Amino acid sequence: MAGEQMLPFEKPISDLREKIATLKTLAESNGMDFSEEIARLEEKCKNMEEELYNEMTPAQKMHIARLHQRPTSLDFIQAVFTDFIELHGDRLYADDLAIVGGLAKLNGLPVTVIGHQRGKDTKDNIARFFGSPHPEGFRKALRLMQQANKFNRPIITLIDTKGAYPGNTAEERGQSEAIARNLREMAGFGVPIVCIVIGEGGSGGALALGVGNRVLMLENAIYSAISPNGAASILWKDATKADIAAEAMKITAKDLLEFEVIEDIVEEPQGGAHRDLAFTAERLKEKLWKHLAELLPMTAEQLIEDRYHKFRKIGQFQIAQTASQEAEEVTEAPEMTESAKV
Amino acid sequence: MQIKDLFSKKKYATIPSERPKRDIPEGLMNKCSKCGTIQYSKELDKNLKVCSSCGHHYRLSAFERIGMTLDDGRLYEYDADMESVDPLEFPGYKGKLEQQRQKNPNLREAVVTGEGTIGGHPVVVAVMSFDFFSGSMGSVVGEKITRAIEAAHEKKLPLLIFSTSGGARMQESILSLMQMAKTSAALSMFQGAGGLFISVFTDPTMGGVSASFASLGDYNLAEPGALVGFAGRIVIEQTIRQKLPDNFQTAEFNMQHGQLDLVVHRKDMKTTLGKLLDMHTVREGLSHGG
Ligand SMILES: [Zn+2]
Repeated sequence: MAGEQMLPFEKPISDLREKIATLKTLAESNGMDFSEEIARLEEKCKNMEEELYNEMTPAQKMHIARLHQRPTSLDFIQAVFTDFIELHGDRLYADDLAIVGGLAKLNGLPVTVIGHQRGKDTKDNIARFFGSPHPEGFRKALRLMQQANKFNRPIITLIDTKGAYPGNTAEERGQSEAIARNLREMAGFGVPIVCIVIGEGGSGGALALGVGNRVLMLENAIYSAISPNGAASILWKDATKADIAAEAMKITAKDLLEFEVIEDIVEEPQGGAHRDLAFTAERLKEKLWKHLAELLPMTAEQLIEDRYHKFRKIGQFQIAQTASQEAEEVTEAPEMTESAKV
Repeated sequence: MQIKDLFSKKKYATIPSERPKRDIPEGLMNKCSKCGTIQYSKELDKNLKVCSSCGHHYRLSAFERIGMTLDDGRLYEYDADMESVDPLEFPGYKGKLEQQRQKNPNLREAVVTGEGTIGGHPVVVAVMSFDFFSGSMGSVVGEKITRAIEAAHEKKLPLLIFSTSGGARMQESILSLMQMAKTSAALSMFQGAGGLFISVFTDPTMGGVSASFASLGDYNLAEPGALVGFAGRIVIEQTIRQKLPDNFQTAEFNMQHGQLDLVVHRKDMKTTLGKLLDMHTVREGLSHGG
């Protein structure tokens, strides 16, 4: 794992690996036989990894989901689809690079694929606003989705953002309206929509690409209304308590499957998607195709209905036992005008 | 079927147009948060809770708003007994909910929905209350708004929503976020079928409410000075490392940037809504042209 960024919770493993490497070097240079010791440590390392990665806490998953080396939308587009043609611009203001999209083929089937796009390095990140879209990004996505709807192509979205860009220019150009419009329009498209949260699904900026018939999550991805850092600073006036907030907020794929917010989880290799993009892409492609295949035979009306019911049922509440409203006095019905006919 | 028949089966509630007296002791004075002018509560109420000195629009509770907006302050309330649970078992949420209910004896959640008339025009209304949990949207707010949209759809009535919200209900995290999709999807159905939706932003409307149903009106109105936006000022100032102008995200600022149809003074709100509703009333026997 040379050159790979290790997270603090992975330190015991990296320490052990270093020890093994040292032993190996020592064995080579001194011609001594440490093979038994090395084998023993390698076995121990494997066990430690299994234990650590199989029982990851929400906070640990959050750190993996946010890893700089984690595959981005463009990585998955290259690995899962063929013949990608990137399309640019919202036709209103600009081309927001925080969202990428275009045409591609999935197992030979033409689809429209759209995703949030983080940068690969500092310069790229600045150009892409760290994957946080302005209104023009959401409007570009909408334009591409409308195009897909017109030409009867399924829509695949890849969700990976900390959230919509919190800037004055974004507000001036209608950040709220851009997100809201996407939610409403996505609900009304007569083509299959499958969304996959590949990294961080942060707030309305994530949901603006997230109104699908099926929503999937990569195993270590997270999805929440507010980032654990934001929640921590509101709750405890301390953003560094994000790890504690992450535990409370039910942000993991497993939690969201239980809440029936998502339909399926895409397996990642041990330690996270960045360890093996090809493996992750293959699992993603399998799941994507499975769900798409179920949606493809449906009519436009059925797809709209299906999507409506997916979101309609989300939410938990109760009806209070005491039915009286003390503050209200009951009177007779008012006179209604003729225009009140329905 | 007539609306009248619908109503006559149910009991009709009159909402007091002023705050229950027990909330405000007699003779209490109010100090305007904008200009500092001190006014008698009674005078302020008479002035629809608008500062007579600077025009600042005080925040209203849902029932105050209903009292000022609906004919005779009458509302046939939907889902009055719906209340929040704690689906995430989020630390402190149950206690906080209880606290909010005690603070707002008239409310079980941050939105009141139902039917009434404005200038004789029947409407389905949803009115949010910032007093309750900063107007945040959890499952109950999302469900009540969605049911109101569906009721308007089913009954072929116009829909009117007064929004005010700090955003998502953090304690319901993902379920809160999904209410944005749920309400917007319901609007897709309703507006797609020709339904009329008038959205009124009141101070403040931010985050998840601003970025879902509130921005989707066929007509988007706002009260003067109302803060309307997605991200909060502090977060933006930290991001761009600049001070923002005083008028940033006000209704006037939003209108200037093309994000609102109209800013309407509270004293003109009911008339304006009545006119808009009237414009959408189909008149029979009108001669075309002339
Ligand atoms: Zn004043």
